[in-house]
Amino acid sequence: MTRNVNPLPDTKVSAMRQVGKPLRRVDALGKTTGTTVYAADFEMPNMLHAKVFRSSEPSARIIGLDVSKARALDGVVCVLTAEDVPGGQLGTDMPGQTGREERKGSKAPVLASDRVRFLGEPIALVAAETLETAARALELIKIDYELMPGVYDPLEALEPGAPVVYEPDNIVATWKIRKGDVAAGFDEADEIVENTFTMPFIDHAYLEPEAGVAWMDDQNVINIRVCTQVVEHFRRIAEAVGVPHNRVHIRGTMLGGGFGGKEDITVEIFLALLTKATRRPVKLVYAREESILAHSKRHPFVITHRTGVKQDGRITAAEIQMTANAGAYPYLSPYVSLYATVTSCGPYKVDNLKVDTKAVATNNPFTSAFRGFGGAQAAVAYEQQMDEVAKALGMDPLEFRKVNYLQSGDENAIGQRIESAVWLEEEATEALAALGNRTPDSGAIKVGRGFATTIQSYGRIMWFHDTARSWVGMEQDGTVVVRCGAPDVGAGQVNSLCQIAAEVLGVKLEDVTVYNSDSALTPLAGTTTATRQLYMSGNATLKAARMVRDVLVARAARHFDVTPDGIDLAERVAFVVDEPHDSLPLEDLAQMCAADGMKLQHLALFTAPFTDQLDPDNLRGDLFPDFTFSAHAIEVAVDTETGEITVLKSVGCHDVGRAINPTAVEGQIQGGSAQGIGWALMEEVQVDAGMMKTPSFAEYLIPTSKDLPTTEAIILESGTGVGPFGAKGIGEPSLTPAAPAVANAVADAIGVRVADLPITPERVLEALDRGG
Amino acid sequence: MQPEIIAVTINGREHKADVESNLTLLQLLRRLGYTDVKSGCDKGDCGACAVLLNGKAMNSCLVLARQADGAEIVTNAGLGSMENPHPLQEAFADAGAAQCGFCTPGMIISAKALLDRNPSPTEDEIREAIAGNLCRCTGYAQIVEAIQMAAERMYPTGGAS
Repeated sequence: MTRNVNPLPDTKVSAMRQVGKPLRRVDALGKTTGTTVYAADFEMPNMLHAKVFRSSEPSARIIGLDVSKARALDGVVCVLTAEDVPGGQLGTDMPGQTGREERKGSKAPVLASDRVRFLGEPIALVAAETLETAARALELIKIDYELMPGVYDPLEALEPGAPVVYEPDNIVATWKIRKGDVAAGFDEADEIVENTFTMPFIDHAYLEPEAGVAWMDDQNVINIRVCTQVVEHFRRIAEAVGVPHNRVHIRGTMLGGGFGGKEDITVEIFLALLTKATRRPVKLVYAREESILAHSKRHPFVITHRTGVKQDGRITAAEIQMTANAGAYPYLSPYVSLYATVTSCGPYKVDNLKVDTKAVATNNPFTSAFRGFGGAQAAVAYEQQMDEVAKALGMDPLEFRKVNYLQSGDENAIGQRIESAVWLEEEATEALAALGNRTPDSGAIKVGRGFATTIQSYGRIMWFHDTARSWVGMEQDGTVVVRCGAPDVGAGQVNSLCQIAAEVLGVKLEDVTVYNSDSALTPLAGTTTATRQLYMSGNATLKAARMVRDVLVARAARHFDVTPDGIDLAERVAFVVDEPHDSLPLEDLAQMCAADGMKLQHLALFTAPFTDQLDPDNLRGDLFPDFTFSAHAIEVAVDTETGEITVLKSVGCHDVGRAINPTAVEGQIQGGSAQGIGWALMEEVQVDAGMMKTPSFAEYLIPTSKDLPTTEAIILESGTGVGPFGAKGIGEPSLTPAAPAVANAVADAIGVRVADLPITPERVLEALDRGG
Repeated sequence: MQPEIIAVTINGREHKADVESNLTLLQLLRRLGYTDVKSGCDKGDCGACAVLLNGKAMNSCLVLARQADGAEIVTNAGLGSMENPHPLQEAFADAGAAQCGFCTPGMIISAKALLDRNPSPTEDEIREAIAGNLCRCTGYAQIVEAIQMAAERMYPTGGAS
């Protein structure tokens, strides 16, 4: 259900005819009929097949590597090792950004040469005439390891004398908040509550494993057709391969899911190296097992909260320590841990706040972006802590939160003023009410309810100086073309741009064609990450479409001899608002503009607010363009004899500012919730001393249709976001409150808290033993 | 291992193919160009490769191509097209049931097999029928809704004639 609340801000568009409607997405039928061509579905003549030789040890020195037998195998065309890689280094920092210096130490080897730091680290590449030959060649590669002591726990990695994964001390990033007088705040407190919460490695588990095809063309351009969230990786790819930036062309495909896991470079450099070496097209597709080894994971965190409160519920001080397991290479750990730090105390006013966060390298799979990006991990901790504090005070969890909720105009943990609507209380109230009548307990089955309210940014860190471009043109038959580099991960990025352009230009969705996700042929629009595409590319498209509209309206106004504000566009005609019979088909109008030499194609640049980098030792200032505030409520049944948990009811309530397409927004809320519930109850990439214990979907379990109820999506629209038509972002915020809501519901059901995710039946039974 | 020539009918078209003894039906289908059949795990965990094999929904990665000799196979693309979509394909599009779309072909095959034997399934029956098809995007709600929508459109009387 969708509820409009505030009148929309000025949109310069008289009425909403496309935006806000639950229209069928333009990409829907291609997908449902199996017509959409994904990265692995594409082949070329004379194409080679690639395989990657990976480390079978998590921490070792490579003392011998012999690929001669593999090279000699009939049908093998190319075997590459670190020796053959000119640059040799993969930039893991700042995907998609221009002009900013990379963090020191953020490079990783493209292929390991002397040392491996995690299981599955790439060591050699093979290209062969057939996939079977490439696989056989891997078996012929001989490698000798000298095992090195590894370190797998981030707290152990911080101890003096621990094996060094990342020079000099394993610390990949440190962030601090020092606000107010924490000692005085605790002195003032009537109660002090301290708890530690943990959460595991999680895999993105997109259904489409990483895949791509690369070829070199007659301009010596390396073309890579790949499923990626970031076409701007062409720069890092070019640097790693040793060619100029303008000799790498990324042709992004529709993604079969990303969720952050296709934000870092995956197959691209391997493909580029092999196609450059062989001058033949090369295809590389990961099997599920390789995907799980090769791509990033969600960061495990250990988070300790110490919260001081007055009897009336007011928080007087909070001290928070966060340790993130960064795995073997930095990737985006510094930023994930920054997000966690900034949202560590949640959407609450805490005047006296001390936060210390470290991201620490270990010999584990590397960790990087995953929907929620540290903000979600922070929420798992702060929302459980809020319930525990309320319990210590004997207060209702919502009444306690209401005392402390941020309000619009307040400053967040680092002093950034929140300009948009903050409807936490309304959202929590709506979500809890939608749970309806409480399901009664039945014998050993105990029913519990919980909720969580969260803050999650949308748009990138502002010191990245984020930009997006979009090009909108009208053809001479009145149809519309949008060219925008935004990748579509499946959430409807392309459709949103269509709906915006159609709205502004008075056409139907089917009148718009979008070309997207091409690093050379579509204007660069930045990454499909950080819940930024609607905000960034949506605004760029809105801006470009308005430029085209202004030309159409000016010409029509001249034709009808009225002022431009007397003209509107709808149903593929321009018409006089006061005399709707005075109308002109857009086809005719576009041709009139062309005949007059008026420009109907416009490129627009949208820039987010730019700021300087904040002081990591005392974060203070503006960091994000805006925030989405959310609530999720859950009812669970816990079998106290078996520990089994069933989610009975699930409601997500989010102020999305403006729902461009309510069906798509509902899909985000339901899908994000499913990932949150999976994280809370069942998902864990188990890594034992660096060895993968959950190598496939037989061991790494994600929710099936029988593990979840339908999440009711309640969409509120304050119209106060910084996206097009007042939209906020929903991609990541949809997930953030779900997991802590589940944890709080379980604690409510059994009367004790399981502070470690996932909340498995074993942990429930342990907690019951402890509590009973 | 000597290749063996098998005959299969795929989406109404007859094929003869040389197949190695270890080739799976999934690999054969994709080799023949039926790339709407997706490979998500290659071991029967995800359902993205589901096809109708003699009318029954099967994970094609778990069937050897040679076992399919003489069989009639229908993939999602065989049910309908962009111009003439199957009611399930239409309903999935209308309900927002395809986000990334990678699980969709297999999901629709499982739904088709369900509606063939049960024209007015309950929500529980739908959830049971697609329990072998993983989806990471939707949380399944809009998929369940799409299958209900398609059933109502295809069998307005609930399957009673």
